[in-house]
Amino acid sequence: MSTTQDAPAREVGRDRRRKEDQRLITGRTRWTDNIQLPGMLHLAMVRSPFAHARITSIDTTAAKAAPNVVDVFTGREVADVQGVIANAWPLSDEQKTPDHAPMPAERVSFAGEIVAVVVARTAAEARDAAELVEVDYEELPVVVDLKEAAEDKVLAHPDLGTNVSAVWTLDSEEGGTGGNVDEAIEAARADGIVIEREYRQQRLIPAFMEPRSTVVDPTGEQYVVWSATQIPHIARFLLAATTGTPESKIRYVAPDVGGGFGGKLQTTPEEWLTFLAAKRTGKPTKYTETRSESLMAAHHGRDQWQRLTLAAGKDGRVTGLKVDLLADLGSYVGIVGGGVPVLGAWMFNAIYKWDAYRFTTTNVLTNKAWVDAYRGAGRPEATYAIERLMDELAAEVGKDPLEVREMNWIKHEEFPFTTVAGMTYDSGNYEAATARAKELFGYDELRAEQQRRRDSGDPVQLGIGVSTFTEMCGLAPSRVLGSLNYGAGGWEHAEIRMLPTGKVEVITGTSPHGQGHETAWSQIVADRLGVPFEDVEVLHGDTQVSVRGLDTYGSRSLVVGGEALVLAADKVVERAKPIAAHLLEASPDDLEFTGGRLQVRGTDKGVTIQEVATAAWAAHDLPDGVEPNLDASATYDPVNFSFPHGTHLCAIEVDTETGGVKMRKYVAVDDIGNIINPLIVAGQVHGGLVQGISQALWEEATYDDNGTLVSGSFVDYLLPTAADTISFDIDHTTSPSTTNTLGTKGVGEAGTIASTPAVVNAVVDAVRHLGVRDIQMPCTPERVWRAVNSGSSGGATTEAAAPHFDASTGMSGTVDRAEGDVQ
Amino acid sequence: MTRINLTVDGQQVADDVEPRMLLVHYLRERLGKTGTVVGCDTSNCGACTVHLDGTSVKSCNVLAVQADGAAVTTIEGIATDGALHPVQEAFRECHGLQCGYCTPGMIMQTIDLLNDDPDPSEEAIRLGLEGNLCRCTGYHNIVRAVQHAAAGSDRAEGASA
Repeated sequence: MSTTQDAPAREVGRDRRRKEDQRLITGRTRWTDNIQLPGMLHLAMVRSPFAHARITSIDTTAAKAAPNVVDVFTGREVADVQGVIANAWPLSDEQKTPDHAPMPAERVSFAGEIVAVVVARTAAEARDAAELVEVDYEELPVVVDLKEAAEDKVLAHPDLGTNVSAVWTLDSEEGGTGGNVDEAIEAARADGIVIEREYRQQRLIPAFMEPRSTVVDPTGEQYVVWSATQIPHIARFLLAATTGTPESKIRYVAPDVGGGFGGKLQTTPEEWLTFLAAKRTGKPTKYTETRSESLMAAHHGRDQWQRLTLAAGKDGRVTGLKVDLLADLGSYVGIVGGGVPVLGAWMFNAIYKWDAYRFTTTNVLTNKAWVDAYRGAGRPEATYAIERLMDELAAEVGKDPLEVREMNWIKHEEFPFTTVAGMTYDSGNYEAATARAKELFGYDELRAEQQRRRDSGDPVQLGIGVSTFTEMCGLAPSRVLGSLNYGAGGWEHAEIRMLPTGKVEVITGTSPHGQGHETAWSQIVADRLGVPFEDVEVLHGDTQVSVRGLDTYGSRSLVVGGEALVLAADKVVERAKPIAAHLLEASPDDLEFTGGRLQVRGTDKGVTIQEVATAAWAAHDLPDGVEPNLDASATYDPVNFSFPHGTHLCAIEVDTETGGVKMRKYVAVDDIGNIINPLIVAGQVHGGLVQGISQALWEEATYDDNGTLVSGSFVDYLLPTAADTISFDIDHTTSPSTTNTLGTKGVGEAGTIASTPAVVNAVVDAVRHLGVRDIQMPCTPERVWRAVNSGSSGGATTEAAAPHFDASTGMSGTVDRAEGDVQ
Repeated sequence: MTRINLTVDGQQVADDVEPRMLLVHYLRERLGKTGTVVGCDTSNCGACTVHLDGTSVKSCNVLAVQADGAAVTTIEGIATDGALHPVQEAFRECHGLQCGYCTPGMIMQTIDLLNDDPDPSEEAIRLGLEGNLCRCTGYHNIVRAVQHAAAGSDRAEGASA
């Protein structure tokens, strides 16, 4: 037993290089599509080319006769055994929820929906045979446009009798958290400022880099399902619940998963059908989607119209906000699809104080791919609206946008603060983040340059965009989720196993897919148990190892899962105490735990927790009645959300002659509480920023009038490249969260939530003096040019993306055939 | 079926392949070189980038039969004697990856970029990686990694001179 040992350096806060990287940079990875099993069969999907049609007949004869085809099946044949794609968050008992079979028997309701499955010995043979499946359709009227859908003239699902799935309201007067918004608006109309705007959140595609893939092995007692998913635990539960397979007979594994961004927060028809194919054939099966299939049939994000009425005094002090959303759900209500707009309800008031608030979302069904969580899920939409409105208010009052914000925001000494939406923010310091951001940005100098360019009539104008965002991470607590009809709890689980060699296995219920949990969780546990970082191994994503968990989404992993780790580690220490006391011939009450050692207070007599683990395993010399085991698990139910915030400043040059937009500088100062690993945090911020910037400037999923996705490949759906983006200046201020031991707040979505309005505010700011007060996203050169030349918002873009081989370019390139009307 | 003979990561291989088989599928399915991945079907994403006779290609855009007689290097063949390639090391050092799916392609493209231009400007790096998509990093730390690798090769040259 050692008596001297240097206390390990503190791990939390260190910029540790990631444990995950070794395998990822050497190609020693286990993506689902890499898995090959003996006799494995491959699936190809036959998908509907029509957005809305009745399936009149399917002839699979030729496909079944094709070489090495083992099985072909259609929705009609498997209607009773294929399970259901569930909606886990119905907004009310009255919600209209279309039946969502993995493969419909009678009717397709979006283009890309699966109508037949071909199973063959190779993927190529399955694909070839899928071409031989003859499907006859009777086309039905299609509803594509969100506003038209809300009018119920054409129904996406005729049997429901309406396209409106649900209407959900949060009202400060009814909820007792504030006043009557209509009165606030009327008062402002009489003697104040009323700002009325309608903003568009275009449809986006999460576009994770790894296409979704599922492998199912039906040999052995348990079905083993490997899947490129964010939610192995939830998927296992729902697969069991909807197919009647006992949960104990299903082992769900998320191996290395290549990004998700909410896009893999879903249970998918493709997973369910691969499972079914394995059951039918008794052979291991695999399905890996093509990118085109992914863009067409994996769920999409955003897609809202936001009608907003802001009331304020003449001095710019906000008195109320009324929010009326139309949210496009697409053709089905996804796992949390209906709830995504609702998640914005508590965020439109953002960091500000006002008295009256009313939020209503009308969720509408259309014949398009269904919409569900995409990075931020509800909070980016809300943040965009309020941060755009604050700039509009500042322009109206004639004050600097930061000045108007400060007049309205919660002061740092006012925390904890209960908002008009009823949320209690635990901590924050908006003044500090803003001061630091201004300093890094060179705010005053850039404002001076902007003025010079305006004065000289420079064709290239400079705009400065502000976004002082907050958001809420880690859905909590479970009983509140229950009251909102959310289908699961908000808890997270962790287990710590003390191995006899002194190594520590940490099992987490979170399911990382790029976030670096193996590294950050190791840091947390290394500190808490005083063991070397290298001795900690983090296991996740396999329901046979990680038995309990609620997976990774909504920036919940650290703020909820991290706290479960802390609780489990503390239990390990408690279990070690009686054994250590026995070994040291001391009383447990005389022991203190510090730097990994259980030590007799006031002496240098001690033993490391790793040595206690070995002693417990040997069990040769334990006190009576003590179990030979230090392992411990903990399940933590969070008491509240955490509320990261920050100030983002963006400088953009707009060429008024071409509409070209060029980002010059971007500063992000985020307050995410205490930081476990600054390197990982920086990566999360950078990546989040670009996804938000990309909504502002580049990305849009567009459909033609028939409901065909026009932006159905990476040629047409514009993901930014390294050449489109710039390097960022990021920093942090710190107000530790008071609702978890580590003082952390989520960071996964913050960049995306904050950056979109910062960018659009900058673009509008550059040309506001030319009469522009809005430009619809994405702010393409065409829209900017139209806005500058007509003083409008640039109009809607339909069919913005053209096929990459277009006659007008000599079949050589991409054309932009935007046909937006000048408004 | 067509007979092909080639070298992959230093190993001679010979196989009968369908003429339509893509190089990336040959690498993954026949040789088990699953470090090289497929991210799209339009040759936009670059996740499948490998070297063909020392130059980067998107292996989804090359038929296996076109690699007959050639030397192919994948992400699995650039570490030597257990030591990471300096570009691999730079990506880890600079946190130039998150989910890691684009990383093999990014690293192979970076090696090619630095072969052409050992001391690239930030703009040259960004343009040189334009054919490789990443959805996680926002490219910020990928650019840092390339700069780090370039600076490292400067140091190595200085040391040997």
